[in-house]
Amino acid sequence: MAEADERTFLGLSDVSISEDIPVEGEITVPMSSHSQDDDYSTLDEPVKETIIRDLKAVGKKFVHVMYPKKSNALLRDWDLWGPLVLCVSLALMLQGGSVDSKEDGGPQFAEVFVIVWFGAVVITLNSKLLGGTISFFQSLCVLGYCVLPLTVGMLVCRLVLLASMGPINFLIRFIVVIAMFAWSTLASTAFLADSQPPNRKALAVYPIFLFYFVISWMILTFTPH
Amino acid sequence: MAAPQELTFHEFEEATDLLAETPGAPTISSLGEVQGHVSLDVDTEDQEDGELGEENDQTRLLGDEKQSPNFWTFSYHQSFFDVDTHQVLERIKSSLLPVPSQNFVRHCLGHHPDLYGPFWICATLAFTLAMSSNLATMFQNWREASFHYSPQFHKVTVAGITVYCYAWLVPMALWGFLRWRKGVREHVGCYTFLETVCVYGYSLFIYIPTVVLWLIPISGLQWFLGVLATSLSGAVLLLTFWPLVRSDTKIVSAVLLTVMVALHALLAFGCKLYFFQSLPSRPISVTQSPLHQTTPRLLQPPRGTEVSRTANV
Repeated sequence: MAEADERTFLGLSDVSISEDIPVEGEITVPMSSHSQDDDYSTLDEPVKETIIRDLKAVGKKFVHVMYPKKSNALLRDWDLWGPLVLCVSLALMLQGGSVDSKEDGGPQFAEVFVIVWFGAVVITLNSKLLGGTISFFQSLCVLGYCVLPLTVGMLVCRLVLLASMGPINFLIRFIVVIAMFAWSTLASTAFLADSQPPNRKALAVYPIFLFYFVISWMILTFTPH
Repeated sequence: MAAPQELTFHEFEEATDLLAETPGAPTISSLGEVQGHVSLDVDTEDQEDGELGEENDQTRLLGDEKQSPNFWTFSYHQSFFDVDTHQVLERIKSSLLPVPSQNFVRHCLGHHPDLYGPFWICATLAFTLAMSSNLATMFQNWREASFHYSPQFHKVTVAGITVYCYAWLVPMALWGFLRWRKGVREHVGCYTFLETVCVYGYSLFIYIPTVVLWLIPISGLQWFLGVLATSLSGAVLLLTFWPLVRSDTKIVSAVLLTVMVALHALLAFGCKLYFFQSLPSRPISVTQSPLHQTTPRLLQPPRGTEVSRTANV
């Protein structure tokens, strides 16, 4: 009788949960309070850390512009700090330093600012109207960052102009500006051309070419008073 | 379905010749091929109208659901930039050479105007004018010891305002005038505002190489180039607008066309005179400021003769 009972119990034991599996435990869902800590931590972090993080991002993008490879860093994490810094420094360097700037004939600070920012906005609108897939601020970011070679060229020109004027002086400046112009145009084309429809690439690239050409012209024709 | 039957009848004659040569040749495939070839011709002929036809079909199908895009939406403006590179190049080419049988609006634009060409041609022309004018002033005066080069950046502003005003206000006035005439006399045709702007914008393209060639300091060559450019693009404008005003009274059409060409010539020669002055008095204003401090005795008359000598070179 016991054996039969054991056999039935054995059949039942197949149905029931074996003793190895624990039936008791905690029913709490582990809450990750990690993200909340993160939000608070960027507010609580020292200002120096925030600034250095932003500066590092800007510096990384500068490196991407100087060595243009097909990377998405410039496009994904766009920011406009770099273009602002570049535009302001370029506009400041293009001032002749003379008190009465009417004699200078060069572009005023506001003219440089308007040309760079309004030009970038118009080119971005143009590429979007032609059917480009890049977003507005990404395109502004790329165009602004690619002014970096020309700003470096402007710095070199100002240093060269400290020496005596003459044809060799002009030739050096000419070569530097041409090289920087080519670098800027190629860098921005490398980032922006892929987002255009294939049969309209030239239509989208030409305004970029004109934009950097005008900036190069402003740099080349800069003469201190 | 009369057309394919006619085609098969013609094909039958050819097929018999072919069969005579090669008895084993399958006739169905060649018929199919030729039919396909002919139908392709029909399609391509209709394609220019077919695109519009498709658009009309689409708009009819979607008519109840969706109207043409609102002025304030992005896609409305996107329709004016719906051009490919080769189309823009074609339009530029046909604006350079007036062909009497081809109307710019009908043949080249195909009633599909774009704003890309006018906008960027005007921008290029404005910057080219300013740069070229600056270079020309420099070339004229660099032999003078007292010459101090200045970029003359204000010329960009002046050139930009001039070119953009011409390319937008004159077509607006012309379009308004033609609409009014259409109201007065039914037979006068009219283009849309954008087509007028498009014609004027593309007609300005020829001035870009002209302005660059004006750097050559030979006065006779400059005037010749100016006249050539004005006459070529003026002819394109005339040929474009002649079919519209042909049915109007002789006086009105003559006056209108004369005013159009006159404004075009005024733009060209106004730019030539303002930006490329070879008058002796011009260089004095450039070099006046340093001279004020150094030698006030060198007043204008002796400097004028000196400068006129260099200007005549």
